[in-house]
Amino acid sequence: MSGKNTTTVPKKNDTYHMKVPAKSENLDIIRKFVSGIAEPIGFSDEEVYQIELAVDEASANIINHAYRDMDSDEEKIQVTVKTRKDKIIIIIADKGRGFDPASLETPDMDQYLKERRQGGLGVHLIKTLMDEVDFRIKPGVRNEVKMVKYFQ
Amino acid sequence: MANFDVAHEEKGEVSVLNISGYLDAHTAPDFENALTKLLQDNRFKIVVNLQGLQYISSAGLGVFMGFIEEVREKDGDIKLSEVSEKVFKVFDLLGFPSLYEFYDETEKAVEKFSN
Repeated sequence: MSGKNTTTVPKKNDTYHMKVPAKSENLDIIRKFVSGIAEPIGFSDEEVYQIELAVDEASANIINHAYRDMDSDEEKIQVTVKTRKDKIIIIIADKGRGFDPASLETPDMDQYLKERRQGGLGVHLIKTLMDEVDFRIKPGVRNEVKMVKYFQ
Repeated sequence: MANFDVAHEEKGEVSVLNISGYLDAHTAPDFENALTKLLQDNRFKIVVNLQGLQYISSAGLGVFMGFIEEVREKDGDIKLSEVSEKVFKVFDLLGFPSLYEFYDETEKAVEKFSN
């Protein structure tokens, strides 16, 4: 056998980085980057979808809010993925304006839909889809959302 | 780049939008434009066939939310059909099944408008 690992044995304790311009056309690249790591280490199809969606929502928030009206050629989204024996850790970071995570209440969906509000669902979804979610906000310096999903 | 496509079909007074691919913050404007066009043409009986849809994020869900009130005010509706289990779970997480009608078959959703 060659040294190349062709089995499904997950690689553990690795760290992957990616930095892309904060543009919506790159959401697909970000999703593929993360699913390309989550899938081979053993997450189910459904879990991979949930991870992709959480990462998409966090990144779309950066594009739509953190860097809104800024020159997106200069603005980047930084994605860090860490694989551990029992979980995947994903950190999505930006240097945009940040927000107060405490201001984000879980929306009452009936009311929400009646009011036809369209923003703010992303964070609600992230919290629903991932096991742990933590925000660290330093506007203009580094804002990050760290999310963790455990293997079932 | 994510692919997304909207194909428009007329079934009598009902308009069917067959959407496929990835509906995210990047492609949501394409879907929004297709719905805007229908409303401009005074077509308010709408079925969105999600059979080919592989992925949806909240930006895509937001499009459905953005049009439903106006459509219903004009005695129309947006009904959804042939959604995959994977995509339906996202609609379900945000409480859509209590506000929108989902059908297994597009034809049934279309027929429902004539009842």
